Amino acid sequence: MAEVRAEMTANVWKVLVKAGDTVADGDTLVILESMKMEIPVIAEEDGTITEVKVAEGDTINEDDVIAVIG
Amino acid sequence: MKFSPALVLCLVLESLLVANRGEIARRIIATANQLGVRTIAVYSEADADLPFVREATEAVLIGPAAPADSYLKVDAVLAAAKATGAAAIHPGYGFLSENADFAQSVTDAGLIWVGPSPEAMRSMGDKIAARNRMQAAGVPVAPGTPDPVPDVAAALVAASEIGYPVMVKAAAGGGGIGMAAAYDDEELTAAFETARTRAERFFSSPSILLEKYVPSARHIEVQILGLADGTVVALGERDCSVQRRHQKVAEESPSPAVTPQIRAAILDAAVKAGEAVGYRNAGTVEMLFDTSTGDAWFLEMNTRLQVEHPVTEAVTGLDLVAEQLRIASGEAPSFDPANPPTADGHAIELRVYAEDPKRFLPGPGAITEWVEPVGDGVRVDAGYESGNKVTPFYDPLLAKLIVHGQDRADAIAKARSAVEGFTIVGPKNNLPFFTELLSNDEFVQGDYDTGLISRMRS
Repeated sequence: MAEVRAEMTANVWKVLVKAGDTVADGDTLVILESMKMEIPVIAEEDGTITEVKVAEGDTINEDDVIAVIG
Repeated sequence: MKFSPALVLCLVLESLLVANRGEIARRIIATANQLGVRTIAVYSEADADLPFVREATEAVLIGPAAPADSYLKVDAVLAAAKATGAAAIHPGYGFLSENADFAQSVTDAGLIWVGPSPEAMRSMGDKIAARNRMQAAGVPVAPGTPDPVPDVAAALVAASEIGYPVMVKAAAGGGGIGMAAAYDDEELTAAFETARTRAERFFSSPSILLEKYVPSARHIEVQILGLADGTVVALGERDCSVQRRHQKVAEESPSPAVTPQIRAAILDAAVKAGEAVGYRNAGTVEMLFDTSTGDAWFLEMNTRLQVEHPVTEAVTGLDLVAEQLRIASGEAPSFDPANPPTADGHAIELRVYAEDPKRFLPGPGAITEWVEPVGDGVRVDAGYESGNKVTPFYDPLLAKLIVHGQDRADAIAKARSAVEGFTIVGPKNNLPFFTELLSNDEFVQGDYDTGLISRMRS
C-alpha cells in the first residue's frame, strides 16, 4: 500500500487512472499544473489503484494524497 | 527605482491602465507614477494583497484567480479602462501583450496602445510567417520549414532535409511551451505529438514548424525601439543563454560572446527586422548564435517589453518604460536617435523564481519573510513582499535581481553579495541555484551556452 502525495500546491489538470486500474512503476497517474507548468505524477511501484482522491479541476496542497496504490 | 530627472516630462498621456500583474505591473506603475501619469491597476481575486495593486492610483478587481477569467479577459480589462477613464493601456509581457486582436480592440475603443501596431504584431505572432518575412528582408534565418508541418510523416520528411537535430516548435507559441529538440525519427515522432497537443492547449493553434537545432548555441537578443517618427534604433544586445526548460533564468548585457564586429552585424539585422514590419515602440529580436560557426540566425521577435529589459536599462541608463510612453504619445525619445546609448559597464539579471533550486519544480506558498538586498548598482524589481501568498495560478517569477558593475567581474561580485543579502522564507526559491551559478567556471569565464544548466544538473 503506497500513498502518492503532491509535491506542491497545484491544480489537477488531468486524472489518467481510476480505482481498479493496474499500473506499473513509471506510469503517469495524474497531471498537475502549477505556475504554468505541467507536472506528471508518476507511480513509483507496480500495483493496482485502490483509490484516486483527486478530480480534474481540484486545487491540492503539498503533501495531499493524490492516489493510493495497493 | 531611481531614474534621471530629465525623464520627468509633460506627457500627452493623462492616465495609464496596466493590464498585467506582479513585478512588471509594479515596475510600469513606478515609472508612470514618477512621470505624473494617473495609474490604474487591474487585478484578480488572488492578487488583491500584492504591492502593484496598492501602488497604483486606482485599482479595479477584474475577476477570479484563473487567468482566463481575469488577466486574459479582454472585456473585463476594457470595461475597467472605460470605468476609470484610462487614456492608454500598457500590456506588460505575457497575458494579452502579444494579442493583436486585443491591441486592435484597445485602439478601436479610442485608447492608446503602448506597443506596436496590431499589423506588426500579427506579422510577428506566427513564427512561420515571421521567419519568411525576415528572410525576405535580408535577415538571416535558420534552415527550417517555410509552411506549417501538418503531420508526423511530413515532419520526418522535413527533418531529413534540414538534418538532425531539429527543434519542434508551436508556430503561435512562446515561453518555451511546446518546444522540444529531436535527434532522430523516434524522438521527432514523440516531440511532434507533444508539441501539437500543447500548441492547441496553450495557444489554440495546432500549427507546428521545424527548425535546425544548434546544441551549442547562445541565445542572444537585441532590444529595439521603433520611434514615433518611424526610425528604428537598436540598444545593444542581451545574452539569455542561462536557461532551464527553454526558459530564461539569468541574462546579461553586453554578451561575453559578442565581438564588436558581430555586434554591429546583429544590431543591423535587428534594425532591418523592425523596419521590415514598420515597428513602433519597444521590441526584442531574438537570435540564435552558433558559437562554433559564428552564425547568428533570427529566431523570433517579441512585440512587447521583455522580462529582462532592466539589464539594457542598467547599461544604457535609459528607462525603457518612459521611452515607451514617449513613443506612444508621439514624442521624440530622451536620447539622440542618431547616436543611441551604448553599454556602460556590465549588467546581470537573475530571475528569482518560486521553484526548488535542484529540479526547478514550482513551489508556491506564503511568504513569511522577504528581505531585499541593497547596495550600489543593485536593483530589485519584486512582485511580492512579506505577508503575500504566492499562488499556483501564475508564472513562478517572484522578483528580478539586477546588478550593474563597471565590468563583468565587478557585476558578478555584486551579484554574489546581492544573492547572499536576499532572504525569502516560505515558498521554495532558486536563490541557492544562483549561488551555484555565480561560482560555476563556465559562467564565470563567460564561455557558456544554452546547455549550461543541463550540464550543471547532469
